Amino acid sequence: MLTKRIIPCLDVKDGRTVKGVRFEGLRDAGDPVALAEQYAKQGADELVFLDITATNQKRQTLVQLVRDVAATLDIPFTVGGGIGSVADVEMLLLNGTDKASINSAALHRPELIDELARRFGSQCIVVAVDARYTPENGWQVYTRAGTHNTGRDAVQWCREVADRGCGEILLTSMSNDGTKDGFALDLTGDVSRAVSVPVVASGGAGSIQHFTDVFQQAQADAGLAASIFHFGEIGIQELKQTLRAEGIPVRL
Amino acid sequence: MNIAVIDYKGGNVQSVLFALERLGVHATLTADPEQIRSADKILFPGEGEASTAMQELRSKGLDQVLPTCRQPFLGICLGMQLLGTHSEENNADMLGILPFEVKRFVADAQHKVPHMGWNNLHRLRSPLFEGVREQDYVYFVHSYHAPVGSYTIAEGEYPTPFSAAVQHENFYAVQFHTEKSGPVGTRILENFLKL
Repeated sequence: MLTKRIIPCLDVKDGRTVKGVRFEGLRDAGDPVALAEQYAKQGADELVFLDITATNQKRQTLVQLVRDVAATLDIPFTVGGGIGSVADVEMLLLNGTDKASINSAALHRPELIDELARRFGSQCIVVAVDARYTPENGWQVYTRAGTHNTGRDAVQWCREVADRGCGEILLTSMSNDGTKDGFALDLTGDVSRAVSVPVVASGGAGSIQHFTDVFQQAQADAGLAASIFHFGEIGIQELKQTLRAEGIPVRL
Repeated sequence: MNIAVIDYKGGNVQSVLFALERLGVHATLTADPEQIRSADKILFPGEGEASTAMQELRSKGLDQVLPTCRQPFLGICLGMQLLGTHSEENNADMLGILPFEVKRFVADAQHKVPHMGWNNLHRLRSPLFEGVREQDYVYFVHSYHAPVGSYTIAEGEYPTPFSAAVQHENFYAVQFHTEKSGPVGTRILENFLKL
């Protein structure tokens, strides 16, 4: 049976992971490759690297990072952050990325999704959608690292990106992100039912129960989190054992 | 050992090269018929779209070369599908080394397409899977699949059975990504290198 995936997310800047990461027995917590290996050993199903480098050197450091990770890691990984063109995606894939995640560029020019899917196949094109809830407008899509409201309805945008050929949606609730109060179950469920591509739920994970909820109540295909894994608040093995005991299919 | 990895712009070949390096094996990425013919083993990875891949193979004459190869040959993902006769994906005619026709998965509420993630292997029946257990997990990413037939050497289920791996003479192929399937995938690659 196809399993639900657990995906740690690493924020990367200038080739190093940022946000504190505290692993026992890992001397250099800033090294993305060492972290990636650690997570793979613990049973992570995939990894996401979010590159937040804003300099001109970005391309070079990212290529080097991708090559180093791909040389080491025997599980799939996605790279996102500032990817804006067919050439950007090609550069990542040639160096060993499994999937490329686009966000603002897709909102700026939605046809980019069609072009990428045609060129590289849907399976390696992820569209990241950042959504925020307001009582007046419901769930709307934000861009430019969450600073700009596009006015687009989140579920409709997810339907559009799936129709244009992306192979997966990385759905982040900005309203839940960092709260540790749980994933946005209503949004995730609505998107899961609206599209036929896999949905990765992100934002708000604070406990094992939150993962159970997002898989059982919102039909997410994968759950992504950062700090709770980085700080060892939830161990990946412990999480997956508990999910399995709840009857949720996971790879152990 | 002289290993050729077929270069036809078929997606993420770098991961396969890295996986071989982790096993201490150096491989050559090549589209040169002579290099391919003289290799001890051939790997044929691939992602992407079937008709584009076939065009690229034809433009390099590889559609003629590959079927004549007699050394152990391993197709991966699209590299497996291309060994069949025909694909529903843009109505592509393919290499015809194995007699299967590739069909699209049908999405329903419980089964999204692409079939993406870790799924079990069933009914293993090949030296390729020595040391691999029934129900072991490997990583799949695909929207199209080959049905089960006499050529099937491992099955997957999504939700109906499909070929997770196939074989005909020296031609072995797997639908999942050996290079991204953790220790299980590594073992399968090792087994192939021993064939």
